[in-house]
Amino acid sequence: MVTAEAVWAALDEIPDPEIPVISLVDLGVIRDVTVDGDRVRVEFTPTFLGCPALEVMKRALEDKITSLGAEPEVRVIQDDSWSTDRITVAGREKLREAGFAPPAPRSAGPTTLVQLQSKAFRCPYCGSTETRLENIFGPTPCRSIRWCESCRQPFEQFKTI
Amino acid sequence: MNARAQQLLSLADDELILGWRDSEWTGIAPTLEEDVAFSSIAQNEIGHARALYELAAQELGTNADALAFDRAPDEYRCAPLVELHLLEWAHTIARRYLYEEADRVRIAALMRSDDAELAGLAAKIDREETYHRLHAELWAARLRDEPRFRSAVEELWPYALGVLDPELRDELARRVGLEVVPAKERGKHTPALAELWDEMTEVRRSIPGAQW
Repeated sequence: MVTAEAVWAALDEIPDPEIPVISLVDLGVIRDVTVDGDRVRVEFTPTFLGCPALEVMKRALEDKITSLGAEPEVRVIQDDSWSTDRITVAGREKLREAGFAPPAPRSAGPTTLVQLQSKAFRCPYCGSTETRLENIFGPTPCRSIRWCESCRQPFEQFKTI
Repeated sequence: MNARAQQLLSLADDELILGWRDSEWTGIAPTLEEDVAFSSIAQNEIGHARALYELAAQELGTNADALAFDRAPDEYRCAPLVELHLLEWAHTIARRYLYEEADRVRIAALMRSDDAELAGLAAKIDREETYHRLHAELWAARLRDEPRFRSAVEELWPYALGVLDPELRDELARRVGLEVVPAKERGKHTPALAELWDEMTEVRRSIPGAQW
């Protein structure tokens, strides 16, 4: 019988389909793992509902559990339990190294334009905070586009949700 | 069909049809930034529709794709506001602004609902909508004194009221600063819906039962 620890370790090997530098465990989308005999139940809490990678992630979780010799049961949790605050410290570092600025921590209220235009966002290439919001929206629902005034490069910023 | 399934379909149909309309700007928006914005917003609204259809599908013993694409146009429960074919910038922005304001009032009410599943999903949708609202508010502020925008808001106002149940309309009127007037109610479709439906379901209808 497989242990919960072994399942977590195996799931940590699954890369995010769109940002493969980070694993699904680092992304914080695995809420719970329960082993019940040959059955492994995983609670999967998706990132953005409009993310086209959700099905791919769900299938990858099922395949990984099957490869451990267990029967997968992946439950998709459709509530607000995922937020960008669930991305692990290691995951944030991997994002930064790959040129994606990690999300700012969530504040008590919803994100405001004033926050997005503040000097709190650091360029992942040169570390400067002289950056400005270029577009709230980017290539995927989870990312915005910013521009670094110091090294004069655009970069992708994870949206805080 | 029970009241819960009807409510879920109304919400899901609004998001799917508006997502479809917003996606019509992909490739032809006035600036590249807006091209990206409208494409991303459309994708997200359709994602919300999918999540809502999945809840409805559990209720009705079917699946999300069947609900999205296999019903006849008359069976859709969307509000007339989202059906309109508005490939004109002032009207498009007026609709985005009015829809986001109405949706904000509706989502807040759903988050207080005693239906835990729906309240949880509404809370998730609410977080993502934050970014759609920022986009709509920015444009509404920028165009506030433009006569074309003002008249588009006035023209679409009865449609915006029709997105909400009557008891939520006063709050929308307060937010937008307009008086409550007779609404373009849900349940009676504009001719634009059948046209959109033809295009939206064309591929799916071409090979019934195919797995894509």
